[in-house]
Amino acid sequence: MSEKLLMKGNDALAEGAVRAGCRFFAGYPITPQNEVPEYMSWRQPQVGGAFVQAESEVAAINMLYGAAATGTRSMTSSSSPGISLKQEGISYAAGADLPIFFVNVARGGPGLGNISGAQGDYFQSVRGGGHGDYRTFVMAPYSVEEMGNFPLHCFEVAEKYRVPAMILTDGVLGQMMEPLEFKFPEVDPKTLKEPDWALGECKGRKNRLVGSYDLVEGKLEHVTLARAKRYAQIEAEEVLFEDRLCADADIVLVAYGIAARACSAAVKMARAEGIKVGLFRPITLWPFPKRQLRELADRVQAFLVVEMSLGQLVDDVRLAVEFEAPVHLHARPSGVTPSGEEILKKIKEALKAGKGEPVCSSR
Amino acid sequence: MLQQMNKRPESLVDVQMHYCPGCGHGVAHRLVAEVMDELGIRERTIGVAPVGCAVFADHYFNCDMIQGPHGRGPAIATGIKRSKPGCIVFSYQGDGDLASIGMAETVHVAGRSENITIVFINNAIYGMTGGQMAPTTLLGQKATTCPAGRDPKVNGYPMRMCEMLATLDGARYLERTSVHNAANVLKTKKALKKAFQYQIEGRGFTMVEILSTCPTNMGITPLDACKFVQDQMLKQYPLGVYKDIQNVSGN
Repeated sequence: MSEKLLMKGNDALAEGAVRAGCRFFAGYPITPQNEVPEYMSWRQPQVGGAFVQAESEVAAINMLYGAAATGTRSMTSSSSPGISLKQEGISYAAGADLPIFFVNVARGGPGLGNISGAQGDYFQSVRGGGHGDYRTFVMAPYSVEEMGNFPLHCFEVAEKYRVPAMILTDGVLGQMMEPLEFKFPEVDPKTLKEPDWALGECKGRKNRLVGSYDLVEGKLEHVTLARAKRYAQIEAEEVLFEDRLCADADIVLVAYGIAARACSAAVKMARAEGIKVGLFRPITLWPFPKRQLRELADRVQAFLVVEMSLGQLVDDVRLAVEFEAPVHLHARPSGVTPSGEEILKKIKEALKAGKGEPVCSSR
Repeated sequence: MLQQMNKRPESLVDVQMHYCPGCGHGVAHRLVAEVMDELGIRERTIGVAPVGCAVFADHYFNCDMIQGPHGRGPAIATGIKRSKPGCIVFSYQGDGDLASIGMAETVHVAGRSENITIVFINNAIYGMTGGQMAPTTLLGQKATTCPAGRDPKVNGYPMRMCEMLATLDGARYLERTSVHNAANVLKTKKALKKAFQYQIEGRGFTMVEILSTCPTNMGITPLDACKFVQDQMLKQYPLGVYKDIQNVSGN
């Protein structure tokens, strides 16, 4: 489909979004995602799109709210503190059924934290983030190639179900360079069908309204329940995951994003020593691959969750396996990437603990 | 023979508005709608409704409308205009929305000279939430969050938006008008028409600040509310053109 390229993760994200038909980008500088707006600032004009450096993340997400309301494939990106600021607009987009797409190139937190890659924004991403009852479709790439290829899927899911979609990645993936291929034909947005809710010229039709409020008693609940049906459909149809060497595994590592990369190294080392380890990698964090993990729980001795946060992903894994197998945790919060060696050590500890009390560790 | 001299503008939806007796929003809505009719832009106009009493504007204007977060109208309008440059885009905002929570968005949309029009309703009080102090509340004026009257030592001073924005190169047309009497209603319409005309010609950012009345939250009669504008507000907020750059070529 396309030639092999060598790109930085953040550049791949931006180029992937443009090739997916993104024609509006608004953003604000924050490390480690700065390459995304920088790339968009020259790339959007090339394809007839618009780039705006917003006065704040709050303004950027609201520019997106306006652009997406016209049916334009629109994107913003930021990093953890900036994503907190965007939550207002994300909630409004969810309430107005607008298919916005945004990226969190996450860094260590809380607060100003640091600028290393981290996974502390997991709950914020998969539990809503802003106010009110809503869900966001969340994809977690673990390579530069996935950084480049996931934006198209996010746009398609966002538009199909009219929900916000996001990529949750981190500073390591954003900054590292790897070969990649864009595995899809470039999308010309002019060939896409204009949605029947998009704002524009109302000539020859009734005027259209986009918004999220309804003060008539009971009506808002009706709207929210209708949306919940779409959420249920997403949970049934849009789960993505990768399971590697899980068939004969005694213990399965569960990790996403850059933590899953560290786990792949640990799996290789463990297998070389004859330890039967598998890796289960959720690719969509919401919807979460609950059923698949529950099935694995009947076959393995234990799970070891490896995450670059205090213990967030581990909650979803425990809910999924319904205590059918012990779930151990290795947590490295606030911007530390675990090494393969340290994970191997934790695998051995977890196997020793067997069905006993789960091992929870950091460092 | 009877002749119909006036009718509801096509740019207004034929529904009963929720605004209180003596409120200026209804008048301002009608003026914007008449201007849209006269300029023939209804079918390509997109309006942004604020948070506040005018939140329901999305149900009153007969063009495509969007409603978003408090104060973010200028950012939403920017996203729309950049995606649909052929459309006429306006953001309708109150004083809390524009001059308090949305101050950054307001200043920067003018700084970028975004080719949109803001209709700014300044009635010196928060309406929808029940009469709290606004950034434009006058010194000594009572509100539910300054029950003894606005004290500059505690509450600071009222903000003049037209004057502030006039310092920015990106602001192309700024005028402060009022709807407290018939003569000023007509002047307001003229100002709105000029602002939309400038946008059609692609001249950049335009705003009309309209001094308005809120008798309900001031606890006074509609007539006294008009007097309040005449006697008090005009001193703090003088009417007039604050910026008019006529010779900017269209972009």
